[in-house]
Amino acid sequence: MIQIIAFYLFAALVIASAVMVIMARNPVHSVLWLILAFFNASGLMVLVGAEFIAMLLLIVYVGAVAVLFLFVVMMLDIDFAELRAGFIKNFPLGIAIALVLLAELVLGIGAYQAGNIELGVPSGAAAPVLGDTNTASIGVLLYRDYIFLFEAAGIILLVAMVGAIVLTHRKRPAGSRSQQDIGKQNRRNPDEATVMKQPEVGKGVEL
Amino acid sequence: MIGIEHYIVVSAMLFVLGVLGIFLNRKNIIVILMAIELILLSVNLQLVAFSAFLGDLVGQVFAMFVLTVAAGEAAVGLAILIIYFRGRGTIAVDDVDRLKG
Repeated sequence: MIQIIAFYLFAALVIASAVMVIMARNPVHSVLWLILAFFNASGLMVLVGAEFIAMLLLIVYVGAVAVLFLFVVMMLDIDFAELRAGFIKNFPLGIAIALVLLAELVLGIGAYQAGNIELGVPSGAAAPVLGDTNTASIGVLLYRDYIFLFEAAGIILLVAMVGAIVLTHRKRPAGSRSQQDIGKQNRRNPDEATVMKQPEVGKGVEL
Repeated sequence: MIGIEHYIVVSAMLFVLGVLGIFLNRKNIIVILMAIELILLSVNLQLVAFSAFLGDLVGQVFAMFVLTVAAGEAAVGLAILIIYFRGRGTIAVDDVDRLKG
């Protein structure tokens, strides 16, 4: 019983916050609604026993991606009211396309069920329990069967990181104070960089 | 009892809302990126739900890879957004024609 209540609570909240993400006037509010949507989606995942992915969703999305969005929204000085100009104009077309898409999805699911293929029947193909818990099972599967895919995912993240840095890195104009001159730094030697002083007692040092 | 159909319906609604978000906020690329995140979230939900109901953990591993690609996509997308803003002073993307493509 509590499961059913929790499912409907999470499902209603995730749909409502998704609506607010696309409807909110202020993109900062959109990001905050997006965070709520992620929390509720991870609740839905916990309900089916996928704790690991649920927690990963929270860490990766709420901890990294949503905060990145928040930073970008707050960093850029943008007139958001101007960007909403086409909102009303696009509304009928958007609703029409969304309804068509929804009808197609419903039709697809209906046709799938009509073909006597019941959804949610365990195939038994990969049923064996690999570990004690969901996390241990995923770990075994990931590091045993999908190790190369795992490493490819790491390379994707590395490329994304390098790409983001290269794209946003700004070269300073030559001669400005923050410009680093490596040759000048290398030419420094102790003789001209330091001086020895023997101050008398009671007198200061003139540098 | 909650079955796979419930999850399919929730996921389909999330997907449609994501597509609708792209159409409604055609100028604001930040909201477009967020709508794409919603679409990827619905796909992840679907993968996890099927994985749980079919007793096949591969779906959850796959959801992890989708998560990885989504994170990379958000980072690179926002970087492109920032350099676009530096060059143009706006993020209205409905008339981007710098590449004349």
